[in-house]
Amino acid sequence: MSERTATIASRVGLHARPAAIFAEAAGELDIEVTIAREGEPADDAMDAASILSLMSLGASFGDVVVLRAEGAGADEALDRLVKILETDHDAE
Amino acid sequence: MQTFSGVGVAPGRVLGPVRQMPKPVQEPHENVNIPADVTVESQGQRIKDAAKAVQAELRARAATASGEGKEVLEATALMAADPMLVKSAIRLLSPEAPGGARTAERAIWEAAATVADSLKALGGYMAERVADVLDVRARIVSELRGLPAPGIPASDVPFILAAEDLAPADTATLDPAKVIALITSSGGPQSHTAILARALGLPAIVAAPGVDEIGDGTEVYLDGAAGTITVDPGEELRLAAKVWATQASTVAAFSGSNVMADGFRVPLLANVGTGADAVKAADAGAEGVGLLRTEFCFLDRDDEPAVAEQIAAYGAVFAAFPGKKVVVRTLDAGADKPLPFLTNADEPNPALGVRGYRTDLTSPGVLERQLRAIAAAEAANQAEVWVMAPMISTAEEAAHFAALCSTAGLKTPGVMVEVPSAALTAASVLREVSFASLGTNDLTQYAMAADRQLGPLATLNDPWQPAVLQLVKLTADGAAAASAGGAARPVGVCGEAAADPALAVVLVGLGVATLSMSARALAAVSAVLATVTVSQAQKLATAALAAPSASAARQAVRAQLPILDELGL
Repeated sequence: MSERTATIASRVGLHARPAAIFAEAAGELDIEVTIAREGEPADDAMDAASILSLMSLGASFGDVVVLRAEGAGADEALDRLVKILETDHDAE
Repeated sequence: MQTFSGVGVAPGRVLGPVRQMPKPVQEPHENVNIPADVTVESQGQRIKDAAKAVQAELRARAATASGEGKEVLEATALMAADPMLVKSAIRLLSPEAPGGARTAERAIWEAAATVADSLKALGGYMAERVADVLDVRARIVSELRGLPAPGIPASDVPFILAAEDLAPADTATLDPAKVIALITSSGGPQSHTAILARALGLPAIVAAPGVDEIGDGTEVYLDGAAGTITVDPGEELRLAAKVWATQASTVAAFSGSNVMADGFRVPLLANVGTGADAVKAADAGAEGVGLLRTEFCFLDRDDEPAVAEQIAAYGAVFAAFPGKKVVVRTLDAGADKPLPFLTNADEPNPALGVRGYRTDLTSPGVLERQLRAIAAAEAANQAEVWVMAPMISTAEEAAHFAALCSTAGLKTPGVMVEVPSAALTAASVLREVSFASLGTNDLTQYAMAADRQLGPLATLNDPWQPAVLQLVKLTADGAAAASAGGAARPVGVCGEAAADPALAVVLVGLGVATLSMSARALAAVSAVLATVTVSQAQKLATAALAAPSASAARQAVRAQLPILDELGL
């Protein structure tokens, strides 16, 4: 099991366009990635490819989340996703 | 040659293929017996396939959209095949699911409802996405049933949109380049469809029974002034549509100064809701604003907008009309425009409830803050600002409103006349204020006791009703009496009646000083008024008042205005 933490960098938090970009990237992977708020049990983690789950997670600017994945290429995949979360997409 | 007839609400003669608005998606039944040979796997696959198909369609639409619309479509496309949504729907197919096995349609319906509820509970931005989730759900259910997707049909060629009735949500995405006319089987002349058609300048006919059954692709001719629809039209009608197309371009422009045949000036003003509307109206030549609907600044809000925000919104309208008159209507909430922080949704009879000016009784302070914002926006701009309250019923209320305006530093207070009692006691009401504006839509609904939205009552709900014209005359006469020996107290009209060129002539004949309408209607109304003198208008008004019915009044007046037929109005 690979694990990474990331701090939400988008001012609007993890919804609207930032959530769409992230969910789309997670959905393109061959492995399943989960997302949870830092400190919450891994069992409660949600599917990172689900924009509806991301919205109900309600992560705001500056919140820390944990990404988890298993299998070949998990580390590289998580690194890529962390980068997306730590980019301020509204500033583009 | 099959024909349909209804109430023409926006003029124009056009020819084109009909496309039907899909019927709203019906909720799939629960507790349907599932045949033994239908497996959870096959139903699960159907849900996945339908979700993917809807996603592909939304993505294709996103590819041709731009800006904010594109982003919304892209996000909605992601929701359509959302893994969490699809998985929870598939779980509901199993006989072990709480409540037992469900059909694919029912499973996606319930799964999306659960998601929508949880977003709603989060409030704010998330709650606003509920509509997107329910839209996606309706699309997936339609796909599973093999029915066309809900919403305005996509088409490569321009078409005439037919429906039972259209709701604001249906028409938000209406593309005037594709939809050339609107026809509905229900709805009245004041329905949302009618108001939208006038705003967009689309010929439209409402309350035409049977048009929602015309087959997709059938070619029809429609005359929006006459209210007739003809299936498979002959050469003569094809020619009429062609002639209209050339004539329409000749009445497309308004000079910016409306003068009658004898040189009498009747300023033509515009009805607007936002700064963007105001800029368009000024471009169309409007001589000012006769109705600024301020509730657009308040709608879709959970609480009252701050004074600073209101100042900016009103200022944007004033800035488009420097040195010109802008009549601001204070907040008109209630009835068909509920506001959670002002109106009570549980009233048994909202049209007769706490609405318009009356909300000051139950939520004091909101109106005073709005008046303060209007005064501040006036100070920062060059427009000549008049302020009026909607739903005034008595002289006492008019006096109270005038006092509030005076406290806020607003110099020209006025009232809307839309309750018959205000028309009947116009002299007393007008002694308290500086002007009045007739809201003919509500005045008609209250005078005739006929709900504006009801198709079956469309003939009652007609501003040509002699009773309504009588109330207009009483208001103008009352204002003249109140003005005697003092400052003139002008009476304007800001309802949809002012946009009907023939009725505009009658209103002027009854003593109305200004007419306010959708910017689209300015050119046609001006073209007709230019052919008539005041004394001719007065004669036509007398004829209309004496008519035994609305249709007789209309016919009597139209017969004396040959210009209407020449212009196809």
